[in-house]
Amino acid sequence: MKRRHKTLIWIALGAVILGGGTVLGAVAMKKTVSFFYAPKDVLVTPPKLNREVRLGGLVLTGSLKHTNDGTINFVVTDNVANVNVSYKGIVPDLFREGQGVIAEGKFTDNTHFKAERILAKHDENYVPKEVADSLKKSGEWRGPEAALKEQKQP
Amino acid sequence: MIVEIGHFALILAMFAALAQSCAGLIGGQRADYRFYTFTKRATDITFVGAAIALIALIHAYLTSDFSVKNVVENSHSLKPLIYKIAGSWGNHEGSMLLWALVGAGFATFLSHSKEELAWTLKSRALGVQGLIVALVIAYVVFASNPFVRLPNPPFQGNDLNPLLQDPALAAHPPFLYLGYVGMSLVYSLAIAGLLDGKVDAVWARIIRPWALASWMFLTIGILLGAYWAYYELGWGGWWFWDPVENASFMPWLLGTALLHSAIVTEKRGALAAWTVLLAILAFSLSLLGTFLVRSGVLTSVHAFALDPKRGVWILLILALFTGGGLLLYGLRASVMNSDKGMFAPVSRETALVLNNLFLVVATLTILVGTLYPLLGEAIYGRAISVGAPYFNAVFTPLMSIILVFLPLASFFSWKRSKITTHAKKLIPALIIAIIGGLVVAFIAKNKPMSAVGVTLGVWLILGALSEFLQKAGLGKSNDVVKRAFALRPMYWGMFIAHLGVGVFVIGAVVETSFQKEQTFAIGIGETVQFEGRKITLDKIASLEGPNFYSDAAQISVNDGKKTIILNPARRYYPAAKMPTTEVDRKANLFGELYMALGEPNSESGASKWVLRVYFNPFIGWIFGGYFLIALGGFLSMADRGLRVAAPKASGDIAKAAS
Repeated sequence: MKRRHKTLIWIALGAVILGGGTVLGAVAMKKTVSFFYAPKDVLVTPPKLNREVRLGGLVLTGSLKHTNDGTINFVVTDNVANVNVSYKGIVPDLFREGQGVIAEGKFTDNTHFKAERILAKHDENYVPKEVADSLKKSGEWRGPEAALKEQKQP
Repeated sequence: MIVEIGHFALILAMFAALAQSCAGLIGGQRADYRFYTFTKRATDITFVGAAIALIALIHAYLTSDFSVKNVVENSHSLKPLIYKIAGSWGNHEGSMLLWALVGAGFATFLSHSKEELAWTLKSRALGVQGLIVALVIAYVVFASNPFVRLPNPPFQGNDLNPLLQDPALAAHPPFLYLGYVGMSLVYSLAIAGLLDGKVDAVWARIIRPWALASWMFLTIGILLGAYWAYYELGWGGWWFWDPVENASFMPWLLGTALLHSAIVTEKRGALAAWTVLLAILAFSLSLLGTFLVRSGVLTSVHAFALDPKRGVWILLILALFTGGGLLLYGLRASVMNSDKGMFAPVSRETALVLNNLFLVVATLTILVGTLYPLLGEAIYGRAISVGAPYFNAVFTPLMSIILVFLPLASFFSWKRSKITTHAKKLIPALIIAIIGGLVVAFIAKNKPMSAVGVTLGVWLILGALSEFLQKAGLGKSNDVVKRAFALRPMYWGMFIAHLGVGVFVIGAVVETSFQKEQTFAIGIGETVQFEGRKITLDKIASLEGPNFYSDAAQISVNDGKKTIILNPARRYYPAAKMPTTEVDRKANLFGELYMALGEPNSESGASKWVLRVYFNPFIGWIFGGYFLIALGGFLSMADRGLRVAAPKASGDIAKAAS
């Protein structure tokens, strides 16, 4: 009987710690979860400004501009809508025009996005999953090769 | 020809592993020594076959045999030797072959270890391990074969992804796999224990060295990966809470819990059921890690060689071993008699149970955060991502709670202990830690969390030191140092590992709180100011490497007293059509100056280069602390006392523990 009590105490303690962890996790998730936007999503549901989100799409060919203070400007597109992105810093090695990209940062208005991070990919044929999914939804998806080739045609 | 021999040897190894599996399980079940002898032979054959297969693949890389598809896709005739070798396991097919070889290697080690006392256990463990290896080899042979030939071989290969052409990353996969796959042997031993009906102190004594070894390798693997990310990706960070990183961190955390609970099972005969459960889950998370890394179901910044179709195979293997393991666990619950080892609320056992509960809950929160994006679509109706803010907000407090109690708990004795007697010995450590925190609070008034973190780190370091000196007879003896060196490696291991945790905490807190970062656009001959330093871009030199071109900057940094030169560069690998950023770093006592060179910006007429400069304070403490943790694991493993399979008399155990 006494042993059973002890086991119960341990199980209760485990439950308390697990419960604490769950509450902590749920609160943190609610506060920190960041949504993914494709440019066309912006047309449907305007983004909340000044909340950290991810923006994904393809870097529009011919849109990349460097400025004198090290800021770069480029357009992220899903062939339906466009968003202007500005970013100060070094872009990842595989960032280039026509390539899939995910930018983390905040919308300053419905068509402008200030990126704090540009996510690097280590694989040159890689199109981020969300980008591929959203391209599929907008009917622009023809496989990773095609998605890139399409962009390269003027 | 050699490639075909490798292919054939691998198929042979698959059948040998199946034979090993059947014979091992039957031998254990019927207690028939002949089957056991047979499974040992089969284990050797499996290992040799898998080894020949990998050697054949490496040979194809060394000779740049471009009739092999895998070599074409991942190699180049001009690639340096070390990366030709590392390239063989730097890709999906080769890495799964390495997985199988390491699994077979662990089985061979177990088979030849001198613990003949528990041969039925060993026979069953070889049987389970044989099944794991056989399935992984089957996966390699049928779904991801590295030996496929091309009908029309090209003259040149596509080159290994340049980011992977790096010494730390050449060693990263083997170490990570030694850790992941080592967990498979711990799993096999756990299942064997369940089948054998003997999950007790002897069993715990047998699994602990294997758990320690794989945990240590995993530690080194993660360290190498973090270090690589720090200096190769040019982000100035070392941990991003990316799914692929979490995939290696979760088995590590459960492995940490396992090591601690196995001590309780070994010394006190308690918590056996819990230890078995951890062994099953740790291996499951290792497999889940392999699945997450290889399938690409989650968006990761480290997206290598993805193939969703092949991911399904790994998922099936994962389901089989997790489900089968847990099912057996439920069916055989009666053999794990944990009625032994009563203990009081304040005791080492209690402390270790709490440590385990927190580590497991912390692992679960990471698991939820990692997999949440898969659910997110269903919940929010759109794609979401869970990033560093979530993990920092959840993981940091949970771990802080364990770490605050660690120094005190490490003083506790088995069965029954008193807080007050031990607390006294920690007063000096506590006072110094608080003073340290106050100093930091004074220097950085607007960063209270950094002061709290430093207090915790100092508390951990001095707490570990106090406990160790106490063990060496501080206050009782005059030659404490001499006695400390006479202590068993196991105690050194515990001391060094816990010390490492403190060092890591200080490094991580200081680095995150006080990192400085600035981006410049700088022309040749121009000077900019950064944190009291004058930074001048002297020149950019165009160089040519074996398989790349490089633009190397020469940058002089003047801090008022002396000038140092840094050479960050950009490389271009024509075969892979890929540029890379080569950072340069200079460390001093307080931190490291870190520079990454970006792309030239020629549109504005005068050519300007983007230069990102970081100052990362105490960064060395992060990697140093992690290294100490691994070293502690190594010392514990080297303790010969652990390897003896025969249980000591309980009197000795009590003495050894106190």
